[in-house]
Amino acid sequence: MNASGWALVLSTFLASAVETVEAFTIVLAVGITRGWRSTMLGALAALGALAVLVLVFGPALLTVPIDVLQLVVGALLLIFGLQWLRKAILRASGLKAIHDEVAIFAKEAAEARELPPSDPRAFDAYAFSLSFKGVFLEGLEVVFIVLTFGAIHGSIPLAAVGAAAAVVVVLIAGLIVRAPLSRVPENTLKFIVGVMLTAFGLFWGVEGAGVSWPGNDAALPVIVLVTAAAALGATVALKRRPVHEHDGATA
Amino acid sequence: MSAVRGFLIFLYDFVVGDDWRMSVAVIVGLAVTWGLAAQGLNLWWLLPIFVAVGLGISLRRARAAARRLPPT
Repeated sequence: MNASGWALVLSTFLASAVETVEAFTIVLAVGITRGWRSTMLGALAALGALAVLVLVFGPALLTVPIDVLQLVVGALLLIFGLQWLRKAILRASGLKAIHDEVAIFAKEAAEARELPPSDPRAFDAYAFSLSFKGVFLEGLEVVFIVLTFGAIHGSIPLAAVGAAAAVVVVLIAGLIVRAPLSRVPENTLKFIVGVMLTAFGLFWGVEGAGVSWPGNDAALPVIVLVTAAAALGATVALKRRPVHEHDGATA
Repeated sequence: MSAVRGFLIFLYDFVVGDDWRMSVAVIVGLAVTWGLAAQGLNLWWLLPIFVAVGLGISLRRARAAARRLPPT
C-alpha cells in the first residue's frame, strides 16, 4: 500500500473512531437504562443500513469520470472538512465547549429513565429507535468520508476497512471500560481529520478544476502540513486573545 | 411535504453545517479557479486563499459572537 492508501485508511479510521465513540455513549446509556436487547437490535439495524448505503452508492460513484469526481468530491470534502476543522479549532481555543461524553451519557440515561420501564422480554421501541438514530446519524458522516475518499482513490473497500477497524477497536475498548470513553482525545482526532479532509479537498478540488499542483502528487503532503500549520496558528491566535467561557454547544 | 422539507434541512445541516460562508468561499473559489483554468491560467494557489479567507472570517465571527455573550 502506498502513502496515499495509508492516508486513506488513517483518515477513515480516525473519523470513524470519533463518531463510534459518540455513538457508543448513546448506545451504552440506552442499553443500561432500557435493556440491551432492543438497544443492540437498533444499533445493528443502523450498522446494516449504513452498510447498504455504502454498497448502493459506492459502485455508482466509481462510474463517474475522474475529473468530475475530483471536482465534486473535492468541493464536498472541503466544505465538510472545514466544518470539522472550524469546530476543532474553536474547541481547542476554548471558544466552544469540548464534547463531554460523561455529560452526554448522563443526559441520555436520565431521559431514558423518565419513561416507564419496559418488559425485558418485549420489544422496546424507544430503545430501538434511540439506538438506531444515534448510530445511524453518527455513522452517516463516516459513510460520507468512506464513499468520497474511497471513490477518488478507486478503493472504497480499503476506506471501509479503515472505518470498520475503528468500530472494532472502539467497541473492544468500550467492552473493557464499560463506561463512556471520555479519555479518548476526541477533539485532537477531530482536528487531525479536519486537516486531512481539508487538505485532500484542496488537492482534488484544484485538480478537478483543471489546474495542476506544482510537483503533482508530491504536493499533497505539503498541503497537509501547511493546512495543519495554519489550523494550529489559528488556534494559538484565538487562545492568545481569550474571551470568557461561552456557548456550551457539544454537537 | 414536511418529510421532504425535513430531509432538505438535514442535508443542509449535514453538508453546510454551522457557517454557510465557508461553503460559499469554497464554491466561489472553485468556480473562479475552474473559469481561469479554462482560459489557460494554472492558478493552483487561488483556492487555498479563498479557503483561508473563508475560514478566517468564520472564526472571527465565532469569536465575536463569544464576546457578546455574558460571562459565566
